[in-house]
Amino acid sequence: MAGLRFDLRDTPEGAPALRAELRAFLAEAGKDWSPRVRAYSWMGFDRDFSREVGKRGWIGMTWPKAYGGQERTALERYVTLEEMLAVGAPVGAHWIGDRQSGPLILRLGTEEQRREFLPRIARGALAFAIGLSEPDSGSDLASLRTRAEKVPGGWRINGRKVWTTNAHLCDFMIALLRTSPITDPRQKHQGLSQFLVDCRLSGITIRPILDLVGEEGFNEITFDDVFVPDSMLVGQEGAGWEQATAELAFERSGPERYLSSLPLLTAALDDLRAEPAAPEAVGRLLARAGTLRQMSLAVAGMLQEGKTPAREAALVKDAGNDYEQALPERLREFFDPGRTPPEVQEMQGYMTMVARSYSLRGGTREILRGIIARQLGLR
Amino acid sequence: MSDTNEDLRGILLEQVERLLTDRSSPNLLRATERGEWPAALWAEVEALGLPLALVPEAMGGVGLGWADAVAVWQVLGRHAAPLPLAESMAAAALLAAAGITPPAGLIALALPGEATAWGRQAGHVAAVQGGEVTLHAAADLTWQPGRSLIGREPADQAMLGEPLARGRVPAGWGADAGLLAGALLQAAKIAGALEAALDMTVDYAKTRKQFGRPIGGFQAVQQQLAVCAAEVAACGVAAAQAGRAADRRGLAGAEFRDRLGQGGGGRGSRDRCRHHPPGACRHRLHR
Repeated sequence: MAGLRFDLRDTPEGAPALRAELRAFLAEAGKDWSPRVRAYSWMGFDRDFSREVGKRGWIGMTWPKAYGGQERTALERYVTLEEMLAVGAPVGAHWIGDRQSGPLILRLGTEEQRREFLPRIARGALAFAIGLSEPDSGSDLASLRTRAEKVPGGWRINGRKVWTTNAHLCDFMIALLRTSPITDPRQKHQGLSQFLVDCRLSGITIRPILDLVGEEGFNEITFDDVFVPDSMLVGQEGAGWEQATAELAFERSGPERYLSSLPLLTAALDDLRAEPAAPEAVGRLLARAGTLRQMSLAVAGMLQEGKTPAREAALVKDAGNDYEQALPERLREFFDPGRTPPEVQEMQGYMTMVARSYSLRGGTREILRGIIARQLGLR
Repeated sequence: MSDTNEDLRGILLEQVERLLTDRSSPNLLRATERGEWPAALWAEVEALGLPLALVPEAMGGVGLGWADAVAVWQVLGRHAAPLPLAESMAAAALLAAAGITPPAGLIALALPGEATAWGRQAGHVAAVQGGEVTLHAAADLTWQPGRSLIGREPADQAMLGEPLARGRVPAGWGADAGLLAGALLQAAKIAGALEAALDMTVDYAKTRKQFGRPIGGFQAVQQQLAVCAAEVAACGVAAAQAGRAADRRGLAGAEFRDRLGQGGGGRGSRDRCRHHPPGACRHRLHR
């Protein structure tokens, strides 16, 4: 069979108790979150909130206790993510560290790096940005040009990164940089390496990029002779491409790839009761969410078993993005400006604008479908 | 129940897969559409104990659950198996749940308002109306010509008389147990058929050449097939999830109706577009 298999999984035995704990915490922490805050969901950045989450052991949950983790399972972590996303908690200050930077350091970092970074991420005290895309290298990531040159004791970085969401608020990024020049364009995947870069180092300029919504969360980082010591190289010099590909499996695998707009559905439920045709539409949306959830859980289960389900993750992200993009528009049909509460309308308006980005961030729809086509043996 | 039956399920699936690979052919499908009963194939599925697979062991069955059934039905769909095995399995399960020991042989499933596939070939007919299940001897019934909703096999309308036995399914099976079972088996078969359609379409895209190269080499085609693969996977997951929910919470707890309706309908037509002789698609399900 040409397609991909997604075996059904169950959430772990302790899930109901964990859920109850999370819900109690989120009800209290979120009592003053405006619909706008909830609409930001995992793009929302709130260090105080992240520290509270860290205090309860819900960041880096699966990591060894020696590095500040809780040694819980990937599926327990999944339950935690679901609860956070369902209410649109502003998890952005710890999301990237928990999801991909921490796991990367745990897998490939030196002992020194693990001890230095992981406990701080787990406490919610260290925010990470993603350092992959560049102005001329997005989907064709391997063509990136920002370079790190070897100098005594370390590396000197020059170039630019974009789509570094919230980098102006973050502490560190893991940057994918060219450490050997491209000699043959067919071998552009070689000669890349990953580095831990302190976002406040001298030579770094972070310039905001105003987006369509009128926000500046997205920005551009310029590196001008930035020095990082040897100890900041992550994994192997020259193996950056393979490392980053594995990192993307983490980046694409989570429930945030179909749940970004779910808080709108929750917020709108009461209002939707007034529309006779709404229950069927809501039923369909929930049924689809149920299927996507099973697929997403299947990917989490594979991660738990130590696999790298990059293709499965791409498929779930693609299907999930379609879903989370369609949801605000589907619900809009039932809203009535004279009846629907203004905060629900505001949330809907905001999501309609940002929903475009759901199928860009973390890999575009076209790139993901290319990955699936490769699985089908067409490429 | 089904969760502990993994090994048994695996063996059964392998047997069904092998049997249908060997026996289910375009010629057989055409013959059944002309109204010829596939007696030899039916004898083989009966020899495997499949018709009573969902019936508890105490009533002479194998004791498999709905999730296991979904897996079997998906294989039937993948091979476009030209026999009413899924319906007979569901009929036996419904009878057993209503406290009626299911008879051996083909049990046709009669649902309200629908023609009964292969009813005239059956030994017995199980009619389900709401939560009530009745068992009839097929020979005692009179039949009016009917037409199958989807397939092309013979399907007629039974005029039900006094039943041999009468019972009710447990409340957890819902007020529409027959329709739910029917929806579940159709959902599983659709999911299986979509897998086959995807495989065939991908093969075709790799071999059919236009503009000097396989059409699968064009990004526009690749992207459509990628979407198709995602929907096919989603349909399989939705059907499997529905089977599991039916085992855990009763048939009424199954969650499949919506998803399969969307994925099945839309994607089926998209796949068909890719094969240019549209009428050939159904028969090509037999490789």
